[in-house]
Amino acid sequence: MEFVNSVFVKPFQDMAGAPDFLLQVLWEGLVAGVLYALIALGFVLIYKSSRIFNFAQGIMVVFAALTLVTLYEKGVPALLALPLTLAVMFALAVAIERVVLRPLVNQPDIILFMATIGITMFLIGFGETVFGGENKAMITEALHIPTGSYTFEPFGGLVLIEQKDLTAVVGAVVLVCCLLLFLHRSRLGRAIRALGDDHQAALSVGISLSTIWVLVWFIAGVIALATGIVWGARAGVSFALEVIAYKALPVLMLGGLESVSGAIVGGIAIGVLEKLFEIYWGQPLLGGNTETWFAFVLALIVLLFRPQGLFGERIIERV
Amino acid sequence: MLYRTVGQFKTSYAADHALFPVRQDAWLLGVILVFAFVIFPFTASEFAFKALLIPVLIYSLAALGLNILTGYAGQLSLGTGAFMGVGAYACYKLISIFPELNPIAAIFLSGFFSAAIGVAFGLPSLRIKGFYLAIATLAAQFFLVWLFEKWAWLYNYNSSGAIQVPTVSSFGVPVFGPNALSIVQYYVVLCIVTVITIAAINITRGRIGRIWKAVRDMDIAAELVGINLMKAKLSAFAVSSYIVGVAGALFVFLWRGAAEPVVFDIPLSFRVLFIAIIGGLGSILGNFLGAILIVALPVLLGTVPAALGLPISSAMVEHLNTMIIGALIIMFLIVEPHGLARFWEIIREKLIMWPFPH
Repeated sequence: MEFVNSVFVKPFQDMAGAPDFLLQVLWEGLVAGVLYALIALGFVLIYKSSRIFNFAQGIMVVFAALTLVTLYEKGVPALLALPLTLAVMFALAVAIERVVLRPLVNQPDIILFMATIGITMFLIGFGETVFGGENKAMITEALHIPTGSYTFEPFGGLVLIEQKDLTAVVGAVVLVCCLLLFLHRSRLGRAIRALGDDHQAALSVGISLSTIWVLVWFIAGVIALATGIVWGARAGVSFALEVIAYKALPVLMLGGLESVSGAIVGGIAIGVLEKLFEIYWGQPLLGGNTETWFAFVLALIVLLFRPQGLFGERIIERV
Repeated sequence: MLYRTVGQFKTSYAADHALFPVRQDAWLLGVILVFAFVIFPFTASEFAFKALLIPVLIYSLAALGLNILTGYAGQLSLGTGAFMGVGAYACYKLISIFPELNPIAAIFLSGFFSAAIGVAFGLPSLRIKGFYLAIATLAAQFFLVWLFEKWAWLYNYNSSGAIQVPTVSSFGVPVFGPNALSIVQYYVVLCIVTVITIAAINITRGRIGRIWKAVRDMDIAAELVGINLMKAKLSAFAVSSYIVGVAGALFVFLWRGAAEPVVFDIPLSFRVLFIAIIGGLGSILGNFLGAILIVALPVLLGTVPAALGLPISSAMVEHLNTMIIGALIIMFLIVEPHGLARFWEIIREKLIMWPFPH
């Protein structure tokens, strides 16, 4: 009875008892969720256009952020460092396409997946050699990201909203809108979606596979840079950031590998739910730190009922 | 020339599918076993035991376990590290609850615990496939490592949160713990790895192995020809996790001597996966070749440049090691997706044909 009470009654009493704290938790969850969604979006884009499950997205986030910070530390002005970093990400996209993907066209999915794990390892080793392993602070001031905070007082309590989190959310929304417009309204965007539907059909109407792949990996690089900036502003930039990439994986499972909207909904759902679970169930009952696995277990349970995720394309198998 | 097969006639179907269809293979294996059982133990230094011989055998065994699941049954798993952890913690609890238990028996028993956990986390494979399943195995990885950290009963409520290997003897000879000699530990590991490898070879070339391969190649087609998918997939998870669990127990009790939960985190899973990929998915020999490469690479990077007068720092060695492993994986996938084992196949065929090109 004690147990039932502590699992099913007490957490909700806590929530109702301190609505301002609940709001704060929800906001924190939302911000984390937006960032998960951003990383997941990088995965989805590449998966849609090339059926490659890109494990390297997480390390690309770290790589982009470290390039930006290191350039700034070397004396390049921040507003010049930004386009230079984008140029580096473009070069990386070209290199990956040329060296890794082109020789592996038409290989089974699992081989390409392993290749992206190889890219991850290579970039970790390369990055640590070039940038060093220590934690660096993101250059928030130089990029004119506001660092103050707003406070609200609903229900007689206190809710704190940091301006950089607000910037992150607004920035992510703008980025996603631009991306959706690009994918649905522009010529190149249509080419990407065509390639995602059917490689051979797209090739036969004259869409260049290698151009589109470079483009898609570059867009993933841009998303990685954006993610790196906003996440780095919260937690600093180091190779430890790579673990947040694992968080994007359950988001993908939940939302479905092919769905842009699934990545966003899944990301926000997981961000909010894992925060709620950690605060109201994890810390009092399980000793805390449940955020490492909660998202995976949640996604696993959802998958048992919908094997293609919430928004994924229905899996039809033929023999 | 050495591999001349002239005069070795097969007169029955069974002879054609024997373990060693070519007599020289058996001799070669015999030579390798003589080296492993006689020559290495009497020539190797303490460093060679601890840095090369024992870890190569243990990683080979872990990769063998993963290879049965991924290479033979086609179920990609990223949770190997956690299943190794289950084996190690099970072994720790077994020897602390039953101090009289023979340590070698404890290692073999601990595999059954990881097999049970493996089957539990393998259940989703009946509904989830491909990448979705790979991510689902990550649930096992993160959840189990969290459990190792939070469930104090597992490490006997000690303050460090890590497991320390006590000294345990088998028939008066210390096998576990700081008092055990490296050569004893080497022989124990070698015998266990040999026994399990022989078992794995026979499982994979028999009826069960053929069922797994059918499921790997196309599970719906396999189901249509009357294979029970549930049995096939779960048996693959059970056998694989058993071997991985034994490897995990060896990893802690006969090599490292102590372990924190973080040891079993995702980098360990990846290291085992890389050994399996570089060695060759769907091959037994490949696991050993891959493990030799992955274990020897950092040792070589640490000693060769220093010997050549190019001292590089240990941090640099680690970075270079990561980078080279990444590059090697990409190179292998491009040049030879079937790994080192396939290279040996090619060499062997050339040797049999030699001096003729075809």
